[in-house]
Amino acid sequence: MQLIWDGLFVGSFYALIALGYSMVYGIIKLLNFAHGDLYMLGAFIGFAVLSSLGGIPASLSIGALLVVLLLSMLLTGTAGVLIERFAYRPLRGAPRLAVLITAVGVSFSLEYGISAIAGPNPRSFPIRLEGEVFNLIGARVSLPQIVLMIIAGLLMIGLNGYIQNTSTGRAMRSIALDRNASLLMGINVNAVITRTFFIGSALAGAAGVMAGAYYGKIDFLMGFIIGLKAFTAAVIGGIGNIKGAMLGGLVLGFVEAFGAQWFGGQWRDVFAFAVLILFLTLRPTGILGERVTERV
Amino acid sequence: MAMLEFQDVEVFYGKVQALRGISLNVDEGEIVALLGNNGAGKTTTLSTASALVRLHSGSVRFAGKDISKAHPWNVVDAGLIHVPEGRRIFSTLSVLENLQLGGYLVKDRATVAKRIERVYELLPLLAERRTQQGGTLSGGEQQMLAIGRGLVAGPKMLMLDEPSMGLAPLIVAQVMRVISEIRDQGTAVLLVEQNARAALKVTDRAYVIDNGATTIEGRASDLLTDSRIVDAYLGNG
Repeated sequence: MQLIWDGLFVGSFYALIALGYSMVYGIIKLLNFAHGDLYMLGAFIGFAVLSSLGGIPASLSIGALLVVLLLSMLLTGTAGVLIERFAYRPLRGAPRLAVLITAVGVSFSLEYGISAIAGPNPRSFPIRLEGEVFNLIGARVSLPQIVLMIIAGLLMIGLNGYIQNTSTGRAMRSIALDRNASLLMGINVNAVITRTFFIGSALAGAAGVMAGAYYGKIDFLMGFIIGLKAFTAAVIGGIGNIKGAMLGGLVLGFVEAFGAQWFGGQWRDVFAFAVLILFLTLRPTGILGERVTERV
Repeated sequence: MAMLEFQDVEVFYGKVQALRGISLNVDEGEIVALLGNNGAGKTTTLSTASALVRLHSGSVRFAGKDISKAHPWNVVDAGLIHVPEGRRIFSTLSVLENLQLGGYLVKDRATVAKRIERVYELLPLLAERRTQQGGTLSGGEQQMLAIGRGLVAGPKMLMLDEPSMGLAPLIVAQVMRVISEIRDQGTAVLLVEQNARAALKVTDRAYVIDNGATTIEGRASDLLTDSRIVDAYLGNG
C-alpha cells in the first residue's frame, strides 16, 4: 500500500512534466530537452517570488504556495514562449537534428544561466511544507502530499478538458495530425504553438515549485534527471499523446517505487531507464501509442 | 466581378520553377475547371492562392484585395477555402470535430452549429457518422467530409483539388452533384481535376495548365469538343 502511494505521488510529478514534453512533441515533433530545465526554472522563480514577498508566516504556507504557484506558472510559461520564439521558431523547417541540438543548448543555457545568477550551491526553499503523517488504508501519508497531488490532478484534468473541448485544443490536435491542413482551416499555427509552449512550460514550472516546497531544496541541475524521467514517462504512455503522458507518469512512478523496494533505492533510476529502453525496443509507440487508422 | 484573379503568377520550389505564368479569373457564382496533366502546376496554383506557397512574381487578388503576401489564415478569413488533394481529413478526430475545425475562424458558435446542420442536410451520411473518427470513413465519405469542412467556414469561393481522385464512378457522380449544388447556392468554385470529362460536365468555363502556364481557356461546352482537349485529356472515349 505504501508503495502504491509513493508511486502515485512521484508519478503525478512525472506526469505533470511529461505532459509538456508530450504536447510539444505532438505539435512540432521536437523533443524539447530543455523541458526539465523549465521545471528547475519554475522552482527558482518560485524561490525568487517567495523571497521578494518575504516574511510570510509559515502558517499560511498552503495558501501562499498557491499564489506563488500561479505566479511561477505564469512566468515559467512566458519563459517557454520566449524559448520557442527565439530558439526554435527560426529553425522551423530545419532538419530535426539541428533543432534537437538547439534544445540541448537551451538546456545548458538555462542550467548554467541559473547557476551564474543564483549560485551553484543548493538553495533551501523558503517554504517547507510539513504536515502530520497519518495512516490511510495502510500507507503513511502526509497532508502536503495530498494537497500537491490534488493540485497536480486538477491541473491535469483542466488541461485535458481544455484540449478536448475548446477550439484551441482542437487546433492543437489538428496541428499534431496535419500542419498544412490546419493552415487551410485558418488556424494561425504559430499562435497555437506559442500557446502550447506556454501551457507545457507552465505545468513544468508548477511541478518545480511544488517539488521545491515539498523537498525544501533546489539546485540548478535538479531538472536534468527529472527531464529524462519525464521523457521516459512520455515514451511509456506514447509520445505525443496527452492521456498517455499522464498514464506513463503514473506507471513510471509505480515501477520506481516497486523497483526501489525490491532491489534497493540505489536501483531506482536504473529501473526507470531500463523501462525506457524496454519500451523503445519493444513498443516505441508506447501504451497508448498514436492510433493509426488511415484509410485511403 | 472577378472573385479570384491570377496575373502572371510565377512560383519556384527552390530552383525549380513550378509556375511560369498563370493568369486566370473566376467570377462570382461561377464554377471553373482547372485541367492539366500530372505535374502541370494545378495543385501549386491552388496552394499559391491559399498562401501555403509564396509567389515569386505576379499577383493574386481575391474579392478585390491583393492576397499575394497574406498568411493562410488571412485567406481563409477572407472567404477563400481550399479543400486539399487527398482530403487531408484529421483522421483521429471525429467527423463533428473535423467540421468544427472548418469553422475555426468563425467567432460565433451558433453560426458554426447552424452551418454544420446545413452540411448535414446537404450530406446526410455525415450526420449518421458524426461521432466516428474521420479516418474510419470510406474515401467518398472522406471527400464529402472535406468539402463539408470547407463549407462550415462560410466560403465565398471553394477551391477543390481532385475531389474525384480514387473514387468509384458512381461516387464521382455524387461528388460532382454536390459541387453543382454548392454553386447553385451562390458559392464560386474552382475545380481542379484530372478527370476532365466529369469536370467539364459541371463547370461553366475551364482553363488548361501545361508546364506551369495557362494555355487554353474557354467555355466548358466548347472545350468538350475542342480537338486539342479531346486528344490530350479526354481520349477517344
